[in-house]
Amino acid sequence: MNRRSFLRTTAAAAGGLFVGFQIPRVEAAATTPIKLNAFVHVGSDDNVTLFIHKAEMGQGTVTSLSMLLAEELECDWKKIRTEFPGVDREFGPNQGVVGSQSIRSSWESLRRAGATAREMLIGAAAQQWGVDRAQCRAENNSVVNTSTNARLSFGSLAEAAAKQTAPANIALKDPANFRLIGKSTKRLDTPSKVNGQASFGIDVRLPNMQYAVIARCPVFGGKVASFDATKAKAVPGVKSVVQVPSGIAVVADNTWSAVEGRRALTVQWNEGPIGSVNTPAITKSFADSMQQPGAVGRKEGDAATALSGAAKKVEAVYEVPYLAHAPMEPLNCVADVRADRCEVWASTQGQSSARAEAARITGLKLESVQVYTKYMGGGFGRRARADYIGEAVEVSKATGVPVKLTWTREDDMQQDWYRPASYSHFTAGLDAEGWPVAWATRIACAPFGGIRDGLSRTGVEGVSDIPYAIPNILVDYHAVDPGIPVSYWRSVGYSQNTFFAESFLDELAAAGGKDPVELRRRLLANSPRLLAALNLAADKAGWGKPLPAGRGRGVALSNNIGSNTVQIAEVSVDRGKVKVHRVVCAVDCGHVVNPWGVEQQIQSGIVFGLSAALKGGITINRGRVEQGNFDRYDVLRIDEMPKVEVHIVPSQAAPGGIGEASTPGIAPAVCNAIFAVTGKRIRKLPLKSAELA
Amino acid sequence: MAAVKFMLNGKAQSVDTAPAMPLLWVLRDTLGMTGTKFGCGMALCGACTVHLNGQPVRACITPISTVAGKTVTTIEGLSPDSSHPVQLAWVEADVPQCGYCQSGQIMTAAALLAKKAQPTDADIDEAMRGNICRCGTYDGIRQAIHRAAAMQRQGGAK
Repeated sequence: MNRRSFLRTTAAAAGGLFVGFQIPRVEAAATTPIKLNAFVHVGSDDNVTLFIHKAEMGQGTVTSLSMLLAEELECDWKKIRTEFPGVDREFGPNQGVVGSQSIRSSWESLRRAGATAREMLIGAAAQQWGVDRAQCRAENNSVVNTSTNARLSFGSLAEAAAKQTAPANIALKDPANFRLIGKSTKRLDTPSKVNGQASFGIDVRLPNMQYAVIARCPVFGGKVASFDATKAKAVPGVKSVVQVPSGIAVVADNTWSAVEGRRALTVQWNEGPIGSVNTPAITKSFADSMQQPGAVGRKEGDAATALSGAAKKVEAVYEVPYLAHAPMEPLNCVADVRADRCEVWASTQGQSSARAEAARITGLKLESVQVYTKYMGGGFGRRARADYIGEAVEVSKATGVPVKLTWTREDDMQQDWYRPASYSHFTAGLDAEGWPVAWATRIACAPFGGIRDGLSRTGVEGVSDIPYAIPNILVDYHAVDPGIPVSYWRSVGYSQNTFFAESFLDELAAAGGKDPVELRRRLLANSPRLLAALNLAADKAGWGKPLPAGRGRGVALSNNIGSNTVQIAEVSVDRGKVKVHRVVCAVDCGHVVNPWGVEQQIQSGIVFGLSAALKGGITINRGRVEQGNFDRYDVLRIDEMPKVEVHIVPSQAAPGGIGEASTPGIAPAVCNAIFAVTGKRIRKLPLKSAELA
Repeated sequence: MAAVKFMLNGKAQSVDTAPAMPLLWVLRDTLGMTGTKFGCGMALCGACTVHLNGQPVRACITPISTVAGKTVTTIEGLSPDSSHPVQLAWVEADVPQCGYCQSGQIMTAAALLAKKAQPTDADIDEAMRGNICRCGTYDGIRQAIHRAAAMQRQGGAK
């Protein structure tokens, strides 16, 4: 069987047989749509199917990428349906959604794909009419003959269009003529998300599928020494108990029986080297490293000399804890391993890496492995790892049946790849007028995202790239790895370092007797886009204008993922309890595809960052995570939601990212507002009410 | 194991499972109704909210034995065609992002509106604070509940 027919037959089987498989937005096509290119298929019924090669975790890719395709295709927005294709080289070498890249990497390519399909449809119409293609244009799912006003629908042209060759060098639309891009557009996935029909990874069901959970060592890096499955196997519904590399899998005919079976399992663990690690010891190891110079992340001028000659010196130590991702949909994966092929259904941020992991474990060629993309119930970076995919493949391989592996919430929280805990020491010098002349930061945290010459770029980003015009800057770094798994968490290094840097800058403003916005304006004089965003936020927030008694404002800026945001938070503190009333966010993310999508993502990023700032903290005791569920790792609730106002800076610049844009700035904006209203400086997260009472 | 009989979305249903098995897993794994979501297993997040005799309950901690003889409504049975005012308002306000928590949010909101036709912001806080949304759609949820209440008052759909 060649690859194409493998894909077609498995896709057809999935659509026809399996309950809970991808439900399209509109009812299934009456006829098989005809492929014009990898992204655009047109049915003879005039429906247009757009293939979304990225994945949807809430960030709006299904809608925004459809807008890019439809803008040039000139199709009828009401006639489109979307599908997640499998992994295929025609969608690029590395399918996945990390780093807020979807729009940036598709901005040009998907408009071109839409234009190419349109030109093929035009070519088919011109041939049918026997006229020059220049006499034809596409509009509203049809091709129009501009001399006769005759029309041919896309559906009637699809078959002939598929045989056309698209002309080279198609000019893309002048943005002034955009009819979709730049207009607030409702999400295409909403209707299926209000009636239970949207199919997430955890909703996949296959014939003869069994349900698995895995007992893993509670200490990171620990291994199974021995186990006794007698009692587990006696639990009604339990089918089998098998050892896999990450632990002991209990497989049953439903999820609950599998969990009950795991409860009855006896496992002796060899805890390995970090069975005695705890949070105070980790913090001490960070603090101890501060005495020595580290790997240099940025060096400008001579910070040491400038500091010794400064009129005033400011020093501070900041720290943040490990954080879990805790997406609402706990990790899960369905795998069906056969002798000659492997199929995987997953809510994943990394389809290509999931496929590679399945191929590695099964020993099959990549071509014999397929990964079907499901809606993700949140990702936040956690689903970029393929560990849970590999586990499901291992269990299906070991049992010989299709398996759905589910992580319980406790598994999710205690076996995560965490946002690293981080510790930093800041020193700055002010001149006689109170303006900063020197800035030195030393950071200690576990390296993540690669390390080179002792430097983890992600460990220092957000400090090493501060945009402020300070003549002498030194940022250095110590890789201190306590052995807790760490990885990407929404906004990565900026999630901690922007809190550090923007809070410390606020300290400099206070020490120099400057207004925090005025100080930033002066230091951003040569950064026009940031300055414009700052001025817009200050204007909309009424910076400097009176507030009700007991309220304060704080400002913070971030420039990550190719976008700039400035947030101004309005906060009150009542008997130690922080209330965030209002957040004004100005965002310059370049050319905007869907303003409504931008607004949703700014809100979302703020809630995510605020949850962490107010409540988030993973602590370690005896090599184990102490939190297991939302009782001890709480997140923001509806009654704590501030009023968020989003203001977009109009821009024709290349698009930036948006999914991670507003997460870094909210913690420092809130903490700077707390300082404004209480005079207390928050240097450690999460906020503890004890510090403010 | 004795069969447990109950009404599910208007139809008589009988299941033969361990009496302690939570309703959540009966719905999802035994009956294949996956609209009700697993989030925490401890009634801490609200993703599994269904109506039991009209009251919002967390299906993840509701043993199937306690459902016998009662009426269960899930997101699939809230309306036959997404026409419940809460669903209509959710679409109008374009509330969901990842969407995973939304079944539970909608079921909790529908139960609130059945009890209070014109909920205040404080009523919404109280009813909805048990439902977590990690995407932060809280503002949309609040707006949509007010909108659904207005629709109900105007005698809109249903």
